[in-house]
Amino acid sequence: MADQPLIYARGLVKRFGKFTAVDGIDLEVAPGEAFGFLGPNGAGKSSTMRMIGCVSTPTSGELRILGMDAVRDGPSIRARLGVCPQLDNLDPDLTVRENLVTYARYFGLSRAESRRRADELLEFVQLAERAGGKVEPLSGGMKRRLTIARAMVNDPDLVLLDEPTTGLDPQARHLLWERLFRLKQRGVTLVLTTHYMDEAEQLCDRLVVMDGGRIVAEGSPRSLIETYSTPEVVEVRFPGMSESGARHAAALEGVGKRVDPLPDRVLVYVDDGDAALAEIQRRGLEPSSVLVRRSTLEDVFLHLTGRTLVD
Amino acid sequence: MAVTHGVHPTVAVLERHLTLYRRLWQASVFSSFVLPVLFLLSIGIGVGGYVGRVQGVDYLSWIVPGVLASTAFQIAVGESTYSVLGDFKWVRAYHAMRATPVGPADMVRGQLLYLVLRVTIAVVAFLVVVVFFGGLHSPWALVTPLVCAVLTVSVSAPVMAFAATIDHDSYFSLLFRFVVIPSTLFAGVFFPVEQLTAVLRPLAYASPLWHAVELCRAATLGTAPSWPVAVHAGYLLAWAAAGFFLAVRAFRRRLED
Repeated sequence: MADQPLIYARGLVKRFGKFTAVDGIDLEVAPGEAFGFLGPNGAGKSSTMRMIGCVSTPTSGELRILGMDAVRDGPSIRARLGVCPQLDNLDPDLTVRENLVTYARYFGLSRAESRRRADELLEFVQLAERAGGKVEPLSGGMKRRLTIARAMVNDPDLVLLDEPTTGLDPQARHLLWERLFRLKQRGVTLVLTTHYMDEAEQLCDRLVVMDGGRIVAEGSPRSLIETYSTPEVVEVRFPGMSESGARHAAALEGVGKRVDPLPDRVLVYVDDGDAALAEIQRRGLEPSSVLVRRSTLEDVFLHLTGRTLVD
Repeated sequence: MAVTHGVHPTVAVLERHLTLYRRLWQASVFSSFVLPVLFLLSIGIGVGGYVGRVQGVDYLSWIVPGVLASTAFQIAVGESTYSVLGDFKWVRAYHAMRATPVGPADMVRGQLLYLVLRVTIAVVAFLVVVVFFGGLHSPWALVTPLVCAVLTVSVSAPVMAFAATIDHDSYFSLLFRFVVIPSTLFAGVFFPVEQLTAVLRPLAYASPLWHAVELCRAATLGTAPSWPVAVHAGYLLAWAAAGFFLAVRAFRRRLED
């Protein structure tokens, strides 16, 4: 069991009519890993998650979850999964605690065990004080925490989180990340989708970048940055940039490994920021501002999936 | 491993409905209990005073089984419409269940069990009141809750299938206008279907409500129903079986999206 991947996919495809949402992906997720799907909207992340959650049947390919066949053994697999969907589907007419107890019963837990788990998890997600209250008046962050508590009610081997912090304010996001980090420390295997780079860097040991239904890159956040970006990025702004962007980009050519002109600034991907600054000065360029920063996953993401807006 | 199969998923679904009902039951007391009694009083005694006897019994006794079965019918249909569509569309409770070992058949069975329970409580309460008006004439009246339970499944299941298929609740007003109200009016609840013109009579025969009314009437009056018991019961069971099949299929399809 220890060496067996929790998720194993080969040539996984999902088509809806003529539209191919997932176009032949291979995956392996090991026990205890925190694994992320990164990608723009429509990249196929949620479709993949739904297949892993055994609520959507793969069009073709092999998919094994917890050593079982995703198509044949759906109920047995779902019994050991925890799912936090993108859209909240809590019962608004039940109390906070009833939501957990009711859900625990779906997994066949005894009444006493369901109540015990509910109280323990409300404590964990810091909602114990709201236990007897309705779900409706809870804030977005509280509802999401309750959904995560609900996903944990059967003590799952694998937790699936589809965009867990989308739409939450920064405080709520940080609290949620901290709770998820604790789950990770307890050895719970987490699989999440996100389009927040900071979330992926915070939570994921390993991630894949998806675009157009395919996996375009795979690795740890660090290794992805090393492979697809440079250690540092210099952001250079010039006075009156918008009219003369291309000319400025040309002037910076050769300063670093790659130059990426944006409407308001030019990004120069470099190994050493200070050396690049010296070079810019040596060339006699007069930028209005220069910022040296470390490369982030966002740079990798934008490099791999492009800057075109996807709706 | 936390998973201990202590409770069947169908029972877990039933429990959810009961937990919700605990919060909403006051609202349903009027429609499922007080209203039928008011009906009985106003039509049974009020109209009955002018009508006199129907098929050899006083009018009140004659309409008791009709009001009984139509109460079951109203609850069964009413509780299978908005709440089912809502649990797909707004609450997404079925989607939440779908992520667990609960399957579409459990969802349908759990809801049907809940409705049978709801109807049985309403029907038994109604019978108790009717006893005081001398409206029951045979110990066979004891089987009427069973008839109403079967009727509940035979109308709830197909209506649930319908509710799981549509995307907008405006279809429900069509269902009420063209199916539920005509059924209630022409299924032998208030007058014998023999009064209907021959053209309209098949509509009554097609309605599961008429068959349940016939069985209930035979039971409370201690007479024989129009058709053999097996035919009435078989017709109701056929609706129940077909409705269950369609509902499970509709639930499965809707949750696959």
